[in-house]
Amino acid sequence: MARKLPRKDVVIVGLGWTGAILAHELTESGLDVVAIERGPWRDTATDFNIGYVSDELRYAVRRDLFLQPAQETLTMRNTTSQTALPMRDFGSFLPGTGVGGAGVHWNGHTWRFYPSDFNLKSHLTERYGAARLADLQIQDWGVSYDEMESAYDRFEYLCGISGKAGNIGNKIQPGGNPFEGPRKRDYPLPPMEMTYAPTLFAEAARSLGLHPFPTPSANLSKAYVNPLGIAMGQCTMCGFCERFGCANYSKSSAQTTVLPVLMRKSNFEARCNSEVLHVNLDATGKMARGVTYVDGNGEEWEQPADMVLLCAYGLHNARLMMLSKIGKIYDPQTGEGTVGRNYAYQTNAGVQLFFDDKNFNPFVAAGALGQTVDDFNGDTFDHAALDFVGGAGINCIPTNGRPIGFRPTPPGTPRWGSAWKKATRDNYLKAFGFSSQGSSYAARGNYLDLDPTYKDRFGRPLMRMTFDFPDNDIRMSHWVSDRMEEIAKALKPRQYVQARRNKSWNSVPYQSTHNTGGAIMGADPKTSAVNKFLQSWDVPNVFVIGASAFPQNAGKNPTGTVGALAFWAADAIRNQYLRNPGPLVQA
Amino acid sequence: MLSGWYFFKPDEARALEAIVDRLIPPDDLSIGGKDAGCAAFIDRQMAGSYGDSSRLYTKGPFMHGLPTQGYQGDATPAMRYRAGLAAIDAYLKKAMSNRGFAQLTAAEQDLFLKDLEAAKVDLGKIDGKALFNLVLQNTMEGFFADPIYGGNRDMASWKMIGFPGARYDYRDHVAKHNQPYPHGPISIGGSPDWSRKG
Amino acid sequence: MSHLSRLAAAAALTLSAVTLSAHPSAADELPFDRIVNGRYQAVLGDCAGCHTLPGGASFAGGVALPTPFGTLVAPNITPDAETGIGHWSETDFRNAMKKGIGHDGVRLYPAMPYPAYTRMSDRDVADLWAYLRTLQPVRNDITSNQLPFPFNIRAVMIGWNWLNFTPGAFKADPNRSAEWNRGAYIVQGAGHCATCHSPKTALGADKTNAFLGGAVLQNWLAPTITNARREGLGAWSIDDVTAYLKTGANRFDIASGPMAEVVTNSTSQMTDADRRAIAVYLKDLPGEANKATPVAVNDPGMKAGAAVYADNCSACHGLKGEGQPKLFPQLADSALIQQADATSLIRVVLAGSQAAGTQAAPTTPAMPSLAWRLNDAQVADVLTYVRNMWGNAAPAVASDMVGKLRKSLKSGS
Repeated sequence: MARKLPRKDVVIVGLGWTGAILAHELTESGLDVVAIERGPWRDTATDFNIGYVSDELRYAVRRDLFLQPAQETLTMRNTTSQTALPMRDFGSFLPGTGVGGAGVHWNGHTWRFYPSDFNLKSHLTERYGAARLADLQIQDWGVSYDEMESAYDRFEYLCGISGKAGNIGNKIQPGGNPFEGPRKRDYPLPPMEMTYAPTLFAEAARSLGLHPFPTPSANLSKAYVNPLGIAMGQCTMCGFCERFGCANYSKSSAQTTVLPVLMRKSNFEARCNSEVLHVNLDATGKMARGVTYVDGNGEEWEQPADMVLLCAYGLHNARLMMLSKIGKIYDPQTGEGTVGRNYAYQTNAGVQLFFDDKNFNPFVAAGALGQTVDDFNGDTFDHAALDFVGGAGINCIPTNGRPIGFRPTPPGTPRWGSAWKKATRDNYLKAFGFSSQGSSYAARGNYLDLDPTYKDRFGRPLMRMTFDFPDNDIRMSHWVSDRMEEIAKALKPRQYVQARRNKSWNSVPYQSTHNTGGAIMGADPKTSAVNKFLQSWDVPNVFVIGASAFPQNAGKNPTGTVGALAFWAADAIRNQYLRNPGPLVQA
Repeated sequence: MLSGWYFFKPDEARALEAIVDRLIPPDDLSIGGKDAGCAAFIDRQMAGSYGDSSRLYTKGPFMHGLPTQGYQGDATPAMRYRAGLAAIDAYLKKAMSNRGFAQLTAAEQDLFLKDLEAAKVDLGKIDGKALFNLVLQNTMEGFFADPIYGGNRDMASWKMIGFPGARYDYRDHVAKHNQPYPHGPISIGGSPDWSRKG
Repeated sequence: MSHLSRLAAAAALTLSAVTLSAHPSAADELPFDRIVNGRYQAVLGDCAGCHTLPGGASFAGGVALPTPFGTLVAPNITPDAETGIGHWSETDFRNAMKKGIGHDGVRLYPAMPYPAYTRMSDRDVADLWAYLRTLQPVRNDITSNQLPFPFNIRAVMIGWNWLNFTPGAFKADPNRSAEWNRGAYIVQGAGHCATCHSPKTALGADKTNAFLGGAVLQNWLAPTITNARREGLGAWSIDDVTAYLKTGANRFDIASGPMAEVVTNSTSQMTDADRRAIAVYLKDLPGEANKATPVAVNDPGMKAGAAVYADNCSACHGLKGEGQPKLFPQLADSALIQQADATSLIRVVLAGSQAAGTQAAPTTPAMPSLAWRLNDAQVADVLTYVRNMWGNAAPAVASDMVGKLRKSLKSGS
């Protein structure tokens, strides 16, 4: 039986990016906030010690900082006709855990979505006609880019993002992304110093009339003090970014941008190694009373609270809603139900280039140090004569030269023996790649629900993921791969090798931890789980913040938008909900 | 190197050392997998949380899955090595006049490994190709991981390819496009350069 | 919602904090003003540093103070009658503060810095007493004296006092500015800076001829804070000193170790005027320049140290020891790095250290422990290297000194 704790104003589930931002914002309003985090406390000097943090086996291969499947996993299948089986090890995507969440071990690409991404259905319907979208379940977000602009700005300044604006107040800025939505000011820091491969990539892209620009990066180009007064260091380009904590305070994370201030507050408390089992609802099912969680000693506690914010990883937000009976679970047959609806992913492809006469020093790298071409992303280009919607950013961002994972050899090379060794030695310094990160548009048959068979360590059903790449997205990816091939040719390598995206989605090889949807935002409670302020339509004192809210995914990394949504939701709670607790949008 | 095995029995260790020394043969580019400590690396991995799958989801029911659903067996890596090395030994002793893998000539060893990789060896209930892939993956991990894990002795693989190891600051080289990096590798355990010379 | 009432309480607290800077004039003082001044004296004196356990009830005692002679535990100074000082009179309190004699004539150990507090004015002591009387009594029984024989005999202190302690009021220097004198009053009196920063005699008393000349205690070096070139505050401006006292950080350095606690509990809560007065006074204290010549760069230890530095230190402290303000202390041209005694430096490399966190500089960056990675010679060589590069000059560090400290840290002393 759970023992009951004293009431709090707010309980936050998960202390990653969104949990930390919401906790900071709401404690500023004087609220008494507790964050419950199922993973451990993590701090730079103790947990990302500069002496041992550059350990590829421990962190990148054995994935020491990530959620372990023994704690929670999902079952997966490609279509409803298959039987879902558990992902016994994570592969295709790697959810985080612990204080700071996946923001501890991300690469740091920090994007804004395009204005047309937010009203995607209206925009594409108007431009290409409704028939073009027939096979997809694309929706509008219920919020516009203009509304989100200042939230994006706050997240970028919190983080100290290094980049070059392409559009300030509708004035196109040379050197930036000319396709981006208007921003009110430039990034807080200039772009990072470029390494060799992205420099060549950008030259080749420009020679084709494209518009490469430095990828906006949460690896800092310079020392920075953020608006909270927290100091950050300059990135040293060690090449141990994604899957690693940063040892020298130069990658934005909750640890380096929020927690030092948050942890000093007397009206904030963090409880680690404590896993929330479910949100507790009152008898009507329309109000949350708090959460029940199990601490590190296996003791069960009830934490009453006036508000519950789900700030876990997007997939886990959706599962907690299902386990707590908040809203109705989506049914792909009838199209009814909203929780689990519109699960989307990322449609990626790549190309590897081999040279004879160049040395790229692949280990001189950072997670987001590179160049992007966005000429074929979103709706930056005319799709009228094409057979798909969506697009992809083309990114040349060599993130590392860590040799267990990075050993490029040309096709036909044996996997072992002296010939393997020679090819490995000959190509290690002389190859680089670039990739397309494609949009993933929602489809009726791609969704999340609870698995009927497999259970977690507490006996709760695992979540079941049913997903395959929609045909639209495969056509998009192939078309962008053709564009990548043109860039590859312009670089004049000895040889290039394409990795095109094909069906079916495979849960084993790593692709992307950009899982979106499942608790999507929108203007209609029939087709969205939360309203435009990320407030549950069904239980208005529950807010659900994360990529779970994306109605579909763009061809960009999600963290910039996730961080902006955190500020957006915080503003709605501070400025509207606290004055008048209740639904902020009438259904 | 043969002292101090944590998981493998002497016969298993001998066979595994012979295998890793063919996967990564000694030649003019580097020492071989055996001298580099790849078998010792695998031994230690088997004795830890990787070997017993304690971090993975290991609840039943176990069902045959699709390729997109990943490994669905109930055997841990440690169990797979134990059963796999025994199956290889039994197969070879029968096929190769009572010689185990370590007793074959290098050419015979290579031929057997090629067949195993190509799923041409019938090991009964054991999926020989999957076993080969597991051993190859772990051997490469050992060869390229930091030497603190028992493989990659003297940072041999890093020196071979030009990876500078556990360094954390390349600011002085980032602008030097297309120029070789001047410093050798360092390990988490340290570097000979940190001690006084002479 | 209940948060509204808390907001109101927070606003009230802010208001009272503002009034701290107003010194009550003798004429029309109110009891409230005297209590506020008393509370401020507790800030100047960092009473909480010893008498409040981290996370514990304010002034209820319990902080263990390791001294060269054994461990003392700071007593409960809340007005609890049985376990605190509830049964004390104001005279008892004044005697304790200024003469080192507690209730019933018990001699206090000079870990209680009465040799400094004796310089406080009677009025400030009386106000502090008035403030302490307003605290919530907390029942917390503390056995203060955990010293081994013979130091556990408090009568020993009579002899110590006779040798070392001169009670007496602060004497203002009429030839100096009011600001200088205010600084001197705080530094010598309530601030008790000499307790850590002055070298000690074998009997634990301050060496009077080396006032604020630096001292080692608890395996930390409290550095010279005179205006000495190289080792002292010579390179710091008055603004650098005040920024350090206010935020724990300035362009050279970030407070860590015991000074981090002092900044957090005391100097960051002082008034700007008092911080400036302290800076003016300290910058006027003459100190001898360290005349060391740099160790040659081709010395084998310097060469090894350069490699250790490049692979372990530069990613934070910079390729040329330039550091980063508020985050990574500057090593080039640094007073702390050039102290003759390298104890703190060795300690920080071995054990790591977390910097002070203040409202103005909340980052609290930390240096990780490198004891597991570097052997004694490597620690010595990298420290010799940073002590003799980029304009620094200081004696080489010997590896056996690293070994000694490593052992001492392991045993927890």
